[in-house]
Amino acid sequence: MSQELRINNNKFIDQTTRLSFKFNGEKLYGYKGDTLASALLANNIHLVGRSFKYHRPRGIMTCGSEEPNAIVQIGNDPSLTDPNVRATEIELYEGLEAFSQNCWPNVKFDIGGINNFLSPLLPAGFYYKTFMWPASFWEKYEFFIRHSAGLGKSPSKPDPDIYDHKYYHCDVLVVGGGISGIMAAKLSAENNNETLLLDDKNTLGGATIYQNNDCFQIDGTHTNYWLEKEIKKIKNIKNLTIKTRTSLAAYHGYNYLLAKENLTDHLSPDERKGKIRQRLWKIRAKKVIIASGSIERPLIFNNNDRPGIMLSSAIKKFIDFYGVKTGKEISLFTNNDSAYETVISLKKSGVNIVSIIDIRDKSSSKIVKEVEKHNIKIYWNHTIVNTEGYRRISFIEIMKLSDDGSGVIGKKIKLKTDCLGISGGWTPMVHLFTQSGGKLKFRSDDNVFLPDKNKTPSDQISIGSCNGDFDIKDIILNSNRDVKTFLGIESSPFDNLKVESSKEEKKKNIWLLPSDKPIGKTKPFLDFQNDSTAKDVKLALREGFKSIEHVKRYTTTGMGTDQGKLSNMHALGIIAETTGTNMGELGTTTFRPPYTPLTFGAIVGRNIGEFFDHIRKTAMHNWHVQNKAKFENVGQWKRAWYYPKNGETMFEAVQRESKAARESVGILDASTLGKIDIQGTDASEFLNRVYTNAWSKLAIGKCRYGLMLNEDGMVYDDGVTTRLGENHYIMTTTTGGAANVLSKLEDYLQTEWPELDVYLTTVTDHFSTISICGPNSKKILSKVIPDLDLSDQSFPHMSFKNSKINGIKCRVMRISFTGEHSYEINIQSNYAKNVWELCMDAGKDYNITPYGTETMHLLRAEKGFIITGQDTDGTMTPSDLQMDWIIGKKKFDFIGKRSLYRSDTIRDDRKQLVGLLTDDPREILEEGAQIVEKLNQKPIEMLGHVTSSYFSPNLNKSIALAVMKSGKKLKGKKFFVPMENKNINVTVTDTVFFDKENKRLNA
Amino acid sequence: MFIINCPYCGERDQTEFSSGGEAHIVRPKQPTELSDDEWAEFLFMRKNIKGIQFERWNHSHGCRKWFNVVRDTSNDKIHAVYKMGEKPPVNK
Ligand SMILES: [Zn+2]
Repeated sequence: MSQELRINNNKFIDQTTRLSFKFNGEKLYGYKGDTLASALLANNIHLVGRSFKYHRPRGIMTCGSEEPNAIVQIGNDPSLTDPNVRATEIELYEGLEAFSQNCWPNVKFDIGGINNFLSPLLPAGFYYKTFMWPASFWEKYEFFIRHSAGLGKSPSKPDPDIYDHKYYHCDVLVVGGGISGIMAAKLSAENNNETLLLDDKNTLGGATIYQNNDCFQIDGTHTNYWLEKEIKKIKNIKNLTIKTRTSLAAYHGYNYLLAKENLTDHLSPDERKGKIRQRLWKIRAKKVIIASGSIERPLIFNNNDRPGIMLSSAIKKFIDFYGVKTGKEISLFTNNDSAYETVISLKKSGVNIVSIIDIRDKSSSKIVKEVEKHNIKIYWNHTIVNTEGYRRISFIEIMKLSDDGSGVIGKKIKLKTDCLGISGGWTPMVHLFTQSGGKLKFRSDDNVFLPDKNKTPSDQISIGSCNGDFDIKDIILNSNRDVKTFLGIESSPFDNLKVESSKEEKKKNIWLLPSDKPIGKTKPFLDFQNDSTAKDVKLALREGFKSIEHVKRYTTTGMGTDQGKLSNMHALGIIAETTGTNMGELGTTTFRPPYTPLTFGAIVGRNIGEFFDHIRKTAMHNWHVQNKAKFENVGQWKRAWYYPKNGETMFEAVQRESKAARESVGILDASTLGKIDIQGTDASEFLNRVYTNAWSKLAIGKCRYGLMLNEDGMVYDDGVTTRLGENHYIMTTTTGGAANVLSKLEDYLQTEWPELDVYLTTVTDHFSTISICGPNSKKILSKVIPDLDLSDQSFPHMSFKNSKINGIKCRVMRISFTGEHSYEINIQSNYAKNVWELCMDAGKDYNITPYGTETMHLLRAEKGFIITGQDTDGTMTPSDLQMDWIIGKKKFDFIGKRSLYRSDTIRDDRKQLVGLLTDDPREILEEGAQIVEKLNQKPIEMLGHVTSSYFSPNLNKSIALAVMKSGKKLKGKKFFVPMENKNINVTVTDTVFFDKENKRLNA
Repeated sequence: MFIINCPYCGERDQTEFSSGGEAHIVRPKQPTELSDDEWAEFLFMRKNIKGIQFERWNHSHGCRKWFNVVRDTSNDKIHAVYKMGEKPPVNK
């Protein structure tokens, strides 16, 4: 491995542990402590990807989460591969395999790169403008776009990794472990606050931890040594929890924050096995201290995107922290003093500095003077007008700036360089602050948006460079002062520190640096990932876009996976400049969470597979399983759907079950129906108010069917309610409606009628329900409960009796949802399976047939009984269902009564429930099919649709329920149900198809 | 993701509660005496204020009690919490 770019004896890199990795198939080596980016640079690899639109070669530009170019695909295992990983963030491990994204066929030869030469044809909004027309071509365009774009590949198989969630409460959360975060964490924890300190890196200390420069000293030592000691000390504070590799993703109201902890992404695949990969922290902090730092800005000039052009601060970190030289002949281009720190670091490591190009006239700060001692050529008041080099920068061309900075003058100077550091000043990371609802203010001195102290949500502060302090002196002084005030601390160990720094004296900013060529012939990139240039932004403004949010979307500036961390400020600056607006008034685009991408795994945590949603099973579930039932999901319930025998189809099984239930006896598990126990002296009055019919006169021991409406008059739920005692009822609801009905009833009781003495308790899970139906049901019941008087006189239809089975109390209702003579046994769920088996045993001689929900639906449809939610859809009144008989017209009031005669609900052309028979009795209609009268009409008027449809084995013909406009008047009329390849002739009928006289109830 | 101080249970996470819309809309005592317009006013018309709003909340994953909340919808700041039937502690 090439060692000439490595600096030995760097304290952050463990040169005794060599790691092998692969990049685009090539085997390379790095060391423990490297990121993929630093290891690649040590191998002299800058070119790592292609840009999104023009497929221009792009290199590593930063050393952090703001990286726009060096995003790679990790691994190629179809279940583990990870796209859009920033090479600057992933720590190197043995066996790491990374691939460039967005290049086809490969990074060095890329067919899409032809877009670069076509770029005059690909301005802002090109995709919007071109691919809109003609619409039929969209598929072809889409193919082209998808093939030539593609930001990484998604895994194609389920994720085998384990993810975790953790809820955490603390007094103080400190976000960011740079110098101000370390100070804050120490002050907080040492003053009796449970404190959590988070940092997204594996090492604490931010940029100060490698700031080894004579110009910056604390109490007489270099800042890095001072901070190193402080970090060692805070590790022993009891109240302080420190989490590294943990990045803050979102900051919500009431100090609720989400952070992602990376636990294994830095380990080799072997070391990861069985471990939790990532943990999502859900933090509630009483107070939050944001110390999220700042990132350096690039400079916007012609051809500023070539591999080898990097942020000056990144070059500094690579040399000081990772011990990697990013080039052999480095130039720096700046508008401020920070690039000079980089120069000193490079000089110390013996890297040759070609020149410094500074757009300012002069600076005589301490650090600049220090650099001048080294005899490095500084081109004051100059700018870069062009760069050369395809896969790596090779030359820069510089010219003198005109007096007003809008143009260039004099002779062009060409300089050879293999790496260019650019520095355009600093941008405070205010993302979290704004996510929390904080408002920003603009500081025009150095063009930064800062947290506005007067518009900061309570219980949080921002400190350090994210608060606009860039000089180490200010950072220490202000962080110490602000944290003390925020936490009510009187004295601090940082009160009398002696800090030395180099004060920046002069600032100058030009958002778009001029070139000797007209702007139309230049490529000054703003958003490196999305390939939008300053030209594009200017074009959008010319085309009439005014709002920053619109310009952003039109030009796609700031819309990549880096969310424009580098580009947003320049886009704003150029817009402000071009439109003559003040940047402060222009405002920023919205910073949305997450700050850096979150994996789906971290978001869902353990809530996958069987933990994704609750599954509810009845007490008899295992019996159904053993008897080969097919199940249907009804809400969270698993309900037996049908019980196929000997390879029966669903249709065959349902026909058999339906016939058996009417000819002899069927048995159904009805346990999932909602059951609400209602007690209290006002229970009858309560039922009067919530059901449409009258309840006061229902005798004890009797059952009644009830219909419940919404206040808007539409049918909401239905079921049978039984009077168990003077002040005691049990209500049944539909399976799916159970929870909502209880909530609704509680709502009325607590808010509208608090004077009523009524108590509601859900007992759905406590009691199981076995429904036995058919002409032989009485015989079965008399075997199961021999001492129960089942005579019609003693136990008529719609009544109930308390009883016992083997000494276990049960309630038996004689009610019917099929029109057959039937009983429902309600028994404590623990005994239900046993009683079910007793019933099966008792019915052996009568061919007792278990049936599921499908047969239940068929049998009730034969009788024209509705199912709320199937034959109703929240727009049906009782009258629409031809159930006027259930409206207690004499009742003073009930929920929804007034709505039953609103102008809309009394229209006679509302959709109303009807029966439908097909002219061909073997033809079964499809549920949801439309009903029409005239086939040659255009457009065809749709009169209604089929809501329930079955082939009735007991009538030997197909039957259906439907809702139709003015349905009540249509009996006997003929219509069509148009299907894809035929029109089915149908006739409107009564809704009751079977046993119209209800003779079988008492058979 | 705010915190609501349930008058029965104390401070709990918002995820334990469900919102019931505008508060202090009293169901008419004699709906049958109302015109269509008057009934519609009760049935359909709700305010959606940016700023201080009086709303009903239910501690649905807790004590299941309904109560009232005075919330600033622009920043989710909760100014008061009070039981059903009680007068708002801040001016409505
Ligand atoms: Zn509660």
